[in-house]
Amino acid sequence: MIRTFIIGIVLGIAAVIAGLHYFPAVDQAREISIVTVTPNGGNTEAFHVNIPMDRIMIGASGQSEALPPELEWPEDPLFGDARTELFKLRNARDAVVGVASRVAARDAQAGDIVEWVLHLPARGSVFITMNPAPVGGSRVGSMRAGTREFDDLVGRVSERWVADSSDGVNAGRIELEAIFVSTVFDEDENLVDVSSEEEAE
Amino acid sequence: MKHLIALILGLACGGACALAFLYYNPLTSQESLSPLSVSRGEQFSLMYSAVAGDSIVFTNDGESRTHPHPVKVLQLWEAPIRQTDVLVTMLRDGRNLPAGIGIKFSSRSERTRLLNGEAIVDSVWHVYLPERGTLMIEQSENYWSYLRDIVVPAHWSSGDSWRGNWRGTITEGPGALGTALVHGGSGVFAGIDFEAIETLAAHAWSATDGAVSVEGQILIEMPTGSAELAD
Repeated sequence: MIRTFIIGIVLGIAAVIAGLHYFPAVDQAREISIVTVTPNGGNTEAFHVNIPMDRIMIGASGQSEALPPELEWPEDPLFGDARTELFKLRNARDAVVGVASRVAARDAQAGDIVEWVLHLPARGSVFITMNPAPVGGSRVGSMRAGTREFDDLVGRVSERWVADSSDGVNAGRIELEAIFVSTVFDEDENLVDVSSEEEAE
Repeated sequence: MKHLIALILGLACGGACALAFLYYNPLTSQESLSPLSVSRGEQFSLMYSAVAGDSIVFTNDGESRTHPHPVKVLQLWEAPIRQTDVLVTMLRDGRNLPAGIGIKFSSRSERTRLLNGEAIVDSVWHVYLPERGTLMIEQSENYWSYLRDIVVPAHWSSGDSWRGNWRGTITEGPGALGTALVHGGSGVFAGIDFEAIETLAAHAWSATDGAVSVEGQILIEMPTGSAELAD
């Protein structure tokens, strides 16, 4: 019986170690990435935010109606010309895939600022700095940095407001179209380097 | 029958031994020295309260121990964002004066390996410092020491709470020395990349409400020759 008990102890230790090794403690839910390949232009991915449904917060001085209700935004004059917003972020299939922050500020020292951070939990985050001046109804910006899946990418992002008059005042959607280009290229060993052969001749 | 009972008891004891070894494993203790403490570069710090009730906005799936703040804030209940917390907080400088607004996105990471003492959270900060510019801070945080030293003892305590003085660096990467990467977006920080670490100082924690008294600090190291940025 003692032998069975000892075998049980060994099996118990092994079961805990195997369980912790093989079963993930965290398993993020994923939506399928909807990516369009642009000829000679990288991968295009579209996101959007439905307003007002996906707006989590509007942080700005002098708001007549706080969002969320009971929000206490700091009334320090330091933040007088800044507007900070939080959104849920949707993909082209209208499924929520992440959260996003947008900071817009008219800063005496730093100049006009319009920036986004898109955070997609299963994939990574993207930091986008926009050109504050809109061109033809949209703003264009560039990807300043990315994490994890977006780490080796560079690209452009455009921001566009599409009003939905049927849903009342201030309803619509913010469309974000990102074009990502990889900075890392795998070398195919089967390909022949023509330039080196020509040099050898 | 006797053998079956002995086997079940053995399995239970073995499982308990393995969990106890993981919990008390000295090899997974937290680094006491900050990677930036031996740096010669100019540094500045941003401090914030890590208590949800002290924040401007805190939201999560609405079913976690820490409750969203304010109460009626939209919750992150959809499956892809259910394991994500968002904190919007005022950041203070070293003199405890308002310095900016910080938005922190934290998602539990699939790189978590409890066997190795790694409870990883992938997080990014979007920081706006008026009159200076904007930053994004990307980091992997390891909450293993925090869980082991604060959260588990709080659950074991008869009062369902923990009190004490705990200070630790939670940043574990992705920088080579275990630092966070900081990307300047605009203003004086535009185009500059530098490093940071985030530390937590905990004094009270409740098993029912989460953090009661926890202060966070982001220590940012400026690149050499950019001392004026830290002012």
